[in-house]
Amino acid sequence: MHRYKHVSDIEKLMWKPSHVRNIGIVAHVDHGKTTLTDSLVAASGIISFELAGEQLFTDFLDIEQQRGITVQTSAVSLVHTLGGEEYLINLLDTPGHVDFTGDVTRALRAIDGVVVVMDAVEGVMPQTETVVRQALQERTKPVLFINKVDRLIDELKLPPEAMQARLAKLISQFNEIVRKYAPPELAEGWQVKVEEGSVAFGSAKEKWALSTSQMRKKGITFKDILGASREGGREELAKRTPLYEVVLDMVIRHLPDPREAQRLRIPILWKGDLESELGKAMLSCDPKGKVCMVITDIIVDEQAGVISTGRVFSGTLEKGKPVRLVGSKQEARVQQVGIYIGPKREIVEKVPAGNIAAIIGMKEAYVGETLVEAGVEGEGFEELRYISEPVVTVAVEPKNFQDLPKLVNFLSKIAREDPNVRVKINEETGEYLVSGMGEVHLEIVEYKLKEAGLEIKTSEPLVVYRETIVGKAGPVEGKSPNRHNRFQISVEPLEQEVLKAIDEKVVKTKQDNKERARILRDLGWSADAAKNVMAVVGGNILVDMTKGVQYMREVEDYIVEAFSQVANEGPVMREPMRGVKVLINDAVLHEDSVHRGPAQIIPAVRRPIQACVLLANPVILEPLFKLEVHVPTEFMGGAIKVIQGRRGRIVAMEPEGEATTVIRALLPVANSFGLAAEMRSETEGRAIWATEFERFERLPPELQSQVISNTRKRKGMSPEPPKAEEFME
Amino acid sequence: MLVFVGLGLCGNETISLQGLKVARGSDWVYAEFYTSPLPELDLDGLKTAIGKPIKTIDRKTMEEDPTEILEKAKSGRVTILVPGDPMVATTHVDLRLRAARMGIPTSIVHSSSIISAVPGLTGLQSYKFGRSATIPFPDNPSKVPYEALVENSERGLHTLLLLDLRREEGKHMLAREGIEIMFSLESELGKGAFKEERLTVAIARAGCLNPVVRAGRAGDLVDVDLGPPPHVLVVPGKLHFLEEEALRVFAGAPLTNACRGKGSESQSDVYFGRVKEDPD
Repeated sequence: MHRYKHVSDIEKLMWKPSHVRNIGIVAHVDHGKTTLTDSLVAASGIISFELAGEQLFTDFLDIEQQRGITVQTSAVSLVHTLGGEEYLINLLDTPGHVDFTGDVTRALRAIDGVVVVMDAVEGVMPQTETVVRQALQERTKPVLFINKVDRLIDELKLPPEAMQARLAKLISQFNEIVRKYAPPELAEGWQVKVEEGSVAFGSAKEKWALSTSQMRKKGITFKDILGASREGGREELAKRTPLYEVVLDMVIRHLPDPREAQRLRIPILWKGDLESELGKAMLSCDPKGKVCMVITDIIVDEQAGVISTGRVFSGTLEKGKPVRLVGSKQEARVQQVGIYIGPKREIVEKVPAGNIAAIIGMKEAYVGETLVEAGVEGEGFEELRYISEPVVTVAVEPKNFQDLPKLVNFLSKIAREDPNVRVKINEETGEYLVSGMGEVHLEIVEYKLKEAGLEIKTSEPLVVYRETIVGKAGPVEGKSPNRHNRFQISVEPLEQEVLKAIDEKVVKTKQDNKERARILRDLGWSADAAKNVMAVVGGNILVDMTKGVQYMREVEDYIVEAFSQVANEGPVMREPMRGVKVLINDAVLHEDSVHRGPAQIIPAVRRPIQACVLLANPVILEPLFKLEVHVPTEFMGGAIKVIQGRRGRIVAMEPEGEATTVIRALLPVANSFGLAAEMRSETEGRAIWATEFERFERLPPELQSQVISNTRKRKGMSPEPPKAEEFME
Repeated sequence: MLVFVGLGLCGNETISLQGLKVARGSDWVYAEFYTSPLPELDLDGLKTAIGKPIKTIDRKTMEEDPTEILEKAKSGRVTILVPGDPMVATTHVDLRLRAARMGIPTSIVHSSSIISAVPGLTGLQSYKFGRSATIPFPDNPSKVPYEALVENSERGLHTLLLLDLRREEGKHMLAREGIEIMFSLESELGKGAFKEERLTVAIARAGCLNPVVRAGRAGDLVDVDLGPPPHVLVVPGKLHFLEEEALRVFAGAPLTNACRGKGSESQSDVYFGRVKEDPD
């Protein structure tokens, strides 16, 4: 029986790591992740069992229910009994829509295992692959739940043999992803296997599931499942072999407890000294050690204020404990500690290592921050790796000018909660530009603003382009306004491999210099250039090639500032730059620091970089989406028409089963707006598709001048890009 | 014709008669006040004295867009009024070079400068000054003032430390702030050149009729009220006996036995800021 669990039950279990699992549920959009979550939560007595299929419990924002997709990560703690023992399962709900990939990545940091939900009809979809890949990179172990098996029976009317073959195929596709992306030493051990019970299948909507162990235990066969399609049979099946039982049994048996997981994951996730006291405490998940916690999500609550959720990796988080924020180098005090039960937080005294905790009221925290007990040496976790780039922007302004301060406030609040939202002000027009990962993502930001009672006007969605160069230029001399400081600067296209290393955050500004130098040497850089990287900004790199220039150190910050300004706003149309290597070849600086302050040095460096870019054959890059469409073959023509009419390129078309075709294509983001409506009408609503940022690619030359002049006009500039001479003396 | 005319150190009275004559004979008169402060300035009085309008130019125009000035200088006589001596602690040599490249004749009318007023007021001999440096505001930090002091001290030379100024923000660094910044450089770089005991001279309003000159331990000068800016600091090196006496008589230096060579060696080293290299 599943009695209602009180906070005190959960508090007791938190102290037994072997009886704790920190897990997440990941899936492609609409594969049934939220329905599964609700069933699991229902089992712990928090919402009614009967309602669980309908009442999307974790989708507690209105907007999420309207859209039927989950927007924000929230956490739940459940208790499940297996073999007479109670287990605490900390469950982070993660959004499935790819517009929220950032949330998924952050949640993965806090958990040790994932239940991957896969639609039995649709199979492996682009985001299934993406989230599983992310999980594997974070060394988060997967188990598989194949959902919507009822559709195989009811819609496709598969006989038992065909159904088993179908499931076997899905499992082997899934295992291929694991083999491809898991760390080599884990790839074999992490394969899911029917016979071991690390795969379950069933219907989250109908609340039943099965695994081989369960079938054996309860003597159920495939025939029984098919037989259950008669009136009332499925309800019976749900009672006989309930979803939560099968899935949670699988979680407890096959996903690692925090102690086991941390031994494996800490060496990869944490960059501190593993031999140190703190390192040892984290490897062993020791609640008596010093506190170390990583913040994976922040929500600003109207009443409670800032709520930071994260994983305690060592020590015991307690009210009143002073902590150090590693990244922002600040000290703070833990005011209140909580745990999650559904969307509610319960205040508790302590949360020991290995659990998910909420800290209430810590204004200093940001997402990705590492907290360490005050007075303890220790590094932060790696910067979180995000896979998506914000590629779409809308301009937002209040209908009533008086609302501007409120709008600014709210936008900064949203940006703080969701690091994949970027907010910038356009100096020329005074508009607020909000960038996100796609149309839907930005519609949600818009919705949140309207929820807050703001009347706003928004522009059509705009594409975020990149500026790059295809040639070399320089050296160009830059002089400070007072002419007493000079720089010799040149630019060249950044090597593809280095750009890739930056995209993957293998090379970055905040990094041990020697380590970065080694990586760059391995990628073919000279030892000299590799060790003198001054900054990495958005796929561009600044290298100091000067030798023994006096006072260089004192102006370093200004040089980096000038470089960042151009990297963030290229000279052609003030879009961010990408793939540019800037070399400072020589410099002569004034003796006295008052004659080489920021007002002198920044223009002396910025202008020659701008001139060099304009001389180095600048071109525009546009973002492309990866588009995958699953469409009944009879409607394939409509889908192809939509893709081709939008400058899309079809990469592959494969039959999927008898009646469906999978079309893989690349689609310019610029031509993706309004895709949903057109795709629906051309395929009579039969296509299922997903888009995801793929890469930047050179804009076709015939479109370039139009894009440049439109973008410049929109930003309040003259349509013609400047000439290099305008930045030269 | 482009003439740089020094305004000297205080108000309207320290421009030379020659400078005044040149300005009166010019077709256009400009003035800049961003490179150094000019206390007690009465711009209207100056206009009356010269008998012409004076156009004040800011740093941006002077450095980035001096076309107007140069164009006028091509055809007529242009005077630029500059506080102090025009080429001392400024970057105007660039404008003079630009004019020369355009074939415009240039000249300079000198006036008093902080560089000469400091030896005058303190009695420190001008031969014995080493590199000077400006102490910048903490948002544009530099080790140069401290490094200059270390170098000069090793060679027994005096160090003139000018203090940063941001006229557009109404900010003038005071001697007290300059000393505090040097203390923090001392604790950062730790070469012993600027400890609390170090003999330092603070000077306010050099060149005006009411200058203040105070010598003492750096740690004590922090608490001395010197009155309104401009201020400068001097950190003396090895003292000649007449320099020592002048500091006592004109600057109220609390010279101890240590300074007269009667104290222990180590004490006077501290007082004169002689830098002892660490054996390692």
